[in-house]
Amino acid sequence: MQPVGATPLAAPPRPAPRVLHRDPAPSRMRYKLARLWLTPSVRGLLRIGLPLALILGVLGLWLGDAGQRAALAERFTTLKTEIQNRPEFSVTLLRIDGASPAVDAAIRAMLPVALPASSFALDLPALRTLIARLDAVASVDLRVQQGVLAVTVIERVPAVLWRHATGVEMLDASGHRIATILARDLRPELPLIAGDGAEKAVPEALSILAAAAPILPRARGLVRVGERRWDLVLDRDQRILLPESGAVQAVQRLLALDRAEDLLARDFTQLDLRLAARPTLRLSADAQDEFKRITAQVMTSGSNR
Amino acid sequence: MNGLYQAQRAMRAMRKAAMQRGVIAILDVGTSKIACLVLRFDGPERSQTSDGVGPMAGQSAFRVIGAATTRSRGVRFGEVETMAETERAIRTAVQAAQKMANVRVDHVIASIAGARPRSYGLAGEIKLQEAQVAEADVARVLAACDLPDIGDAREVLHAHPVNFSLDHRTGLGDPRGHVGTRLAVDMHLLAVDADAIENLTFCLRRCDLELAGIASAAYAAGIAALVEDEQELGAACIDMGGGISGVSVFIKKHMIFADAVRMGGDHITSDISKGLQVPMAVAERIKTFHGGVHATGMDDREMIDVGGDSGDWEKDRRKVSRAELIGIIRPRVEEILEELRALLDAAGFDSLPSQQIVLTGGASQIPGLDGLAARILGHAVRLGRPLRVQGLPQAATGAGFASAVGLALFAAHPQDEWWDFELPAERYPARSLKRAVRWFRDNW
Repeated sequence: MQPVGATPLAAPPRPAPRVLHRDPAPSRMRYKLARLWLTPSVRGLLRIGLPLALILGVLGLWLGDAGQRAALAERFTTLKTEIQNRPEFSVTLLRIDGASPAVDAAIRAMLPVALPASSFALDLPALRTLIARLDAVASVDLRVQQGVLAVTVIERVPAVLWRHATGVEMLDASGHRIATILARDLRPELPLIAGDGAEKAVPEALSILAAAAPILPRARGLVRVGERRWDLVLDRDQRILLPESGAVQAVQRLLALDRAEDLLARDFTQLDLRLAARPTLRLSADAQDEFKRITAQVMTSGSNR
Repeated sequence: MNGLYQAQRAMRAMRKAAMQRGVIAILDVGTSKIACLVLRFDGPERSQTSDGVGPMAGQSAFRVIGAATTRSRGVRFGEVETMAETERAIRTAVQAAQKMANVRVDHVIASIAGARPRSYGLAGEIKLQEAQVAEADVARVLAACDLPDIGDAREVLHAHPVNFSLDHRTGLGDPRGHVGTRLAVDMHLLAVDADAIENLTFCLRRCDLELAGIASAAYAAGIAALVEDEQELGAACIDMGGGISGVSVFIKKHMIFADAVRMGGDHITSDISKGLQVPMAVAERIKTFHGGVHATGMDDREMIDVGGDSGDWEKDRRKVSRAELIGIIRPRVEEILEELRALLDAAGFDSLPSQQIVLTGGASQIPGLDGLAARILGHAVRLGRPLRVQGLPQAATGAGFASAVGLALFAAHPQDEWWDFELPAERYPARSLKRAVRWFRDNW
């Protein structure tokens, strides 16, 4: 039998006591903080200044130790050499284009880097000035292409031989030295110039020679006289004295005279063209004698008549 | 009077500083709600004539960027009663508005609804020293008004020069540059209890806010709710608030009278609460949902659940008819309107050329109020809503926000008051001036 009190009168559930609403008003501190947060300067300081200061502070603390700094620098250099020594950056071959064998050999001999080397170790501008210092090189172009150091050389073109007291040298059209040669016969196709200061007037000499092309087979060379004008020396010891200025025109006049009068076939030692108005011939000794004999004969025949 | 002059000038300077910063807050401390608007002034007025709204009252010079309302606490009859509570409520409103605007406001223009406003008409007259009226003459004539006895512990809230007359010409709005010999001014002076203002200032200072101006709520509501021709031709604005019903009379765009009846919507609520024996919150809800002033036959059948959680089934399931509710509301509304009628009669409102009455404020939203008001006040009555200003949220465009919007207009374009003119030189303490002159004479 169940006790009577087993099913007690259930009291109707009372409504839960209403939760008291929180005061919607911000506290003084919250209010002040909110206003502070809305202040532009404070806001900027907290949003940018504070993180910046934190980062800088941590970095400063960490780098304040000299050992840490050294370790960082060492790690950096190790990494740098590792990257520089990768096979992708190594230069194994030297290719030289446009150089004669002698220049080729010279360039190979003077290259200061032992290949293979990292392309970071090659100082291309310095190499370029080094190669450009060779007399035979007009211009040089260096580049690293897929592990090959390509050197493209444009050599100077020899235009004239210059004979001076100690030997014979090749010059290019601007008068720049190219190389010394042992004998003039090695380059018979090049015209010869001589005399003091001849190398400084190579362009003029070349223009004179170009103008005198028809008589070149007879020419032996040009001689600079007194560092101001040229003498054209022909075979048979003939010498044509050209003026200081207008030498080319003088040569053209000479050619015209030669065509008209067959002047160069005559027996003379010197033809003075320095005064354009008055070309002067110096006859050779035999010719003088012959001339005297002929004029005398004429005179005598004339007197005989 | 000099101290007051300095204080008001300091407030004007504060307002100017706030304008320079570009942000100013409006705080309407009412009996039932506290509204806070944050205004941003974007430099010179931008022309907005294209979309039909010209910059007529300066409302295009600013933009509302933050608005918040909170239930008012610790305010009775438009005056601060419990300082700590009011301070909390102000903090709530200001913080919410600041959060919406995402800008910190330091300067606030506040309104005060109660504090027993009293209007005085002042007259001053001077002889002009030169033929033309200069700005200094205006200041002199304003200073020449003799202050009536406003009583102890009273302070001047507004002092508007309403009308200038020069010789026998009257009705001048701005006498500067006119030629005459005798300049007279009529000034409207509104005095309120000093301690009410002190208390409000103290509350604002506790919230780290600087007071940049203070205006009567009835005046502000009049600026916002009266349209331009009503202000020009003569109208009364009745701002029916929670604890107080203010009235302000305008003519020629100047307020010429302001007063308040210390009754409002809260009294209706308390009547309902007492009559139906329900809590104030329930009474407020019943009033706003079912309130009215005209009972019809239909209202006898419309039953309203009163509700309650007393635990007594009978009490919690009560129903009242809407007619009963109207029976409670109407006598109180009639009482308020009759008091207002008495105020207007005392002010001589009947002699104005146009006698428009505009009802605004939160309690003016009772359905059918305009009909009842027309019967009791006996003039053309309309319900007024505040002017539309840029950026005002839809929730804050109702009649209850008339004085807040009016304060915003007041902040943008305050009317000239007595303290906007330089104090004339003879008002400075004579002794120091004399001493300066003597020093000058001795040394030069």
